[in-house]
Amino acid sequence: MAGGEVLRQNLPEKLEESPSGANELHVLAVDDSLVDRKVIERLLKISSCKVTVVESGTRALQYLGLDGDKKSSIGFDSVKVNLIMTDYSMPGMTGYDLLKKIKESSVFREIPVVIMSSENILTRIDRCLEEGAEDFLLKPVKLSDVRRLKDFIMKGEVKEGEKRCCKRSRSEDCSPSPMTHPCDSSLLSSLSSSSVLSPLSPSTLSSKKSRL
Amino acid sequence: MREKEKERKEEISKMDVVTQMQRQLIQYTSSLFQEGFLDDQFNQLQQLQDESNPEFVVEVVTLFFEDAERLLNELSKSLQVEQESIDFRKVDAQVHQLKGSSSSIGAQRVQRVCIAFRNFCEQQNVEGCLKSLQEIKQEYSLVKTKLETLFKMEKQLFAARGSISR
Repeated sequence: MAGGEVLRQNLPEKLEESPSGANELHVLAVDDSLVDRKVIERLLKISSCKVTVVESGTRALQYLGLDGDKKSSIGFDSVKVNLIMTDYSMPGMTGYDLLKKIKESSVFREIPVVIMSSENILTRIDRCLEEGAEDFLLKPVKLSDVRRLKDFIMKGEVKEGEKRCCKRSRSEDCSPSPMTHPCDSSLLSSLSSSSVLSPLSPSTLSSKKSRL
Repeated sequence: MREKEKERKEEISKMDVVTQMQRQLIQYTSSLFQEGFLDDQFNQLQQLQDESNPEFVVEVVTLFFEDAERLLNELSKSLQVEQESIDFRKVDAQVHQLKGSSSSIGAQRVQRVCIAFRNFCEQQNVEGCLKSLQEIKQEYSLVKTKLETLFKMEKQLFAARGSISR
């Protein structure tokens, strides 16, 4: 599957309302490196995201309530995550293993998962994308990467709302119809009206490959 | 009249000192980039620092120091065994971690030696590994000193600025 089908059909979680009322993305970040956890947390906070950082795939699954442990599913209903960013190379469960587990879950499979890696290995990148990763970021992750991701996810949320009224399967065909759907209109107006630029559109994918 | 004149002169000389310190800080930081100790990732970290998180860079770099020292200890242990029983995969994994964290703070020279080190691991080249370990320890020690100096200069500048009355 090429990067075409980037917009997931049914994003289950609406954006959380933060106290100020603005829609906030909740990101779950997974990395075994203490330094990288601190950096990614800051990158996300400065981009106005709500952040939960964990140190392993196992912990991530526990947080989501996917580890099969009855005890940890107590907080399950309240867990709403809009994006998962995970390091690839981690001891025990790799980012790839975590990606698979999430895509196997009927509840969480629609959450976009982004893989981060310091290693520029084409076969690894392809494998992750084929397994359903939304994007593959080379470390060290930059503010521009996070901003681009956030824009993409936010647009996905808007397009999801439009799909409900346009009833089309390919959302690029859908022209934005302001004010006529349930999404927050302030969110819409803050986005450009041009078509969705997916991180995996041909131009970006080739630029990613050209970095190899 | 004399009092006010004196005060004014003091303020001006304090400002001179601050300007001097600012210039020195800029020059020092520049040199670290020019000499390859730091790369653009360090700039990226500085962009993440603001009034809401004024110590961010120091905090991350401190975490890096702790991480690096732990890993260098582990590497020394891993390579201290009999040559035939060196676990190259373990050594490589440890170097990979160090490479990652040095890259995350922009410690370019440390990162570069890590890359060479990993090649030696792949080749199972013991001598190369031992040499690399020595080199990493040196580069780490250098960048640590440099960054500590940088942070000290920033702190002094901040204090000097603060002592100038409005």
